[in-house]
Amino acid sequence: MRILSRTAPLLIVALLWEAITRGGLVPADMLPPFSSVAVELVKLATGGTLLPNTLDSVARAATGFAIAVAAGTAIGAGMALWRGFETAAGPLVQAFYPLPKSALIPLVIVWFGLGDTAKTFLIFLGCLLPVILSTYNGLRGVDQVLVWSARSLGASRAAVIREVLLPAAMPQILTGLRTAVAFSFLLMVSSELIIATNGLGYLIGSYGDNGAYPAMFAVILVVTGLGFAADRAFVALSGFLLRYRE
Amino acid sequence: MSDDLTGIAIDHLSHRYVPRTGQAVTALDNVSLTVPRNSFHALLGPSGCGKSTLLFLIGGFLPIQEGEIRTASGPVLAPGPERGVVFQNFALFPWKTVKQNVLYGIGKRGIRGAEADQRAQHFIDLVHLTGFENSYPAQLSGGMQQRAALARTLATDPDILLMDEPFGALDAQTRRIMQEELLAIWRETRKTVVFVTHDVAEAAYLADTISVMSARPGRIRQRIDAGFNRTADTSVFKSPEFIGLVEHVWDLVRDEVDEARLRSH
Repeated sequence: MRILSRTAPLLIVALLWEAITRGGLVPADMLPPFSSVAVELVKLATGGTLLPNTLDSVARAATGFAIAVAAGTAIGAGMALWRGFETAAGPLVQAFYPLPKSALIPLVIVWFGLGDTAKTFLIFLGCLLPVILSTYNGLRGVDQVLVWSARSLGASRAAVIREVLLPAAMPQILTGLRTAVAFSFLLMVSSELIIATNGLGYLIGSYGDNGAYPAMFAVILVVTGLGFAADRAFVALSGFLLRYRE
Repeated sequence: MSDDLTGIAIDHLSHRYVPRTGQAVTALDNVSLTVPRNSFHALLGPSGCGKSTLLFLIGGFLPIQEGEIRTASGPVLAPGPERGVVFQNFALFPWKTVKQNVLYGIGKRGIRGAEADQRAQHFIDLVHLTGFENSYPAQLSGGMQQRAALARTLATDPDILLMDEPFGALDAQTRRIMQEELLAIWRETRKTVVFVTHDVAEAAYLADTISVMSARPGRIRQRIDAGFNRTADTSVFKSPEFIGLVEHVWDLVRDEVDEARLRSH
């Protein structure tokens, strides 16, 4: 029942989509019928185009995300724990935060060329800020009493960071990482659309340019499905890590 | 002034802080206090009298600005495992089970393996949490969380137990049960206890000696020897001696509350 109620809205949208396109309400070159998109999806999947491009895209997103998590938690923790570092890095982070990272695509092409490095770097930039900010805010928000409690039980200052501050900040850090997962998909597609060599963003762009709209929609569906799956997987992982919260 | 009969010696201690908005506040003004070893001392006073500040200074959590605090291990400069602390809001590690919480301090004392396990179990049993070893704090009631926090602190075997309104967040029935149990545990372990409270009956029931504090600036107004013959349960609440003591202490506290109210107007 639960699965049915969860998927019902999606099924209804698919049916409506099919109905308005088959009924001629919307011309097929603006919105191809759902059934022809589905047929095209099967063709792409079995024809050997989809899998390598998906793997390329996912590898980039995962690499950029992973580097951003490592660098972002380090920078965020540095800012939260050392006043001097916060003074130096704080204004840079605040200035960089509202900038749409896709605005940097041309610059990044100049720096890194048209290869994987440029795209991975853009994904890294997109994921970096939410990780820094959530780590910083999470560590800053830890209840002082928890730290005192650990210190009076015999924990050193260094041990407190690892054994108390990080686990106590984990719920907020994970919230930031979830945002970063979404941003990794955003930057993955937009960078591949512009720096078009391969990947799912490249497929969307090139099918669109060539008027192959059912195929283009099929790839959009793949990106949507991947993004949804990544988010669900992340929520499941968070739920496992934070299982102590009833 | 400190000898081996002294648990804690506080000498001419003053503490000021500047709130984010407004002027410097003298939280403690020239406080001197000796708590004999193995005795139970209550710090009693209206809110804002600096009693928690005093406790946190003894804990080594706040920098000492003026004066000195000494224990058997020397002057207090930082937190140390010879001074165990129990906080009002328990301060358990929410990501650790009851047993893992209790094991944390034991591990910091260098005890591992089966010996650590046995020790953790002993203190979990002592506070009557047997069967809840693998529960997370969020799965426990407030009273049970404070039991876990008490077990965690006792398991590190501190000489001194600092308690900051430990039962303040609990309902009245749970509070009374916890008071009885704390007294029973204290009889068994004989720690030097400093217990912060604003509950007159709680102080009178638990403590050997009570310091009544005044607010702004925080001073010790009077030190009372409660020294009355405590039995292990709260039935003494009905005895004439107990009622007399509570009335006496309450008069002192009432004066402080009245004065504080007048000054704030």
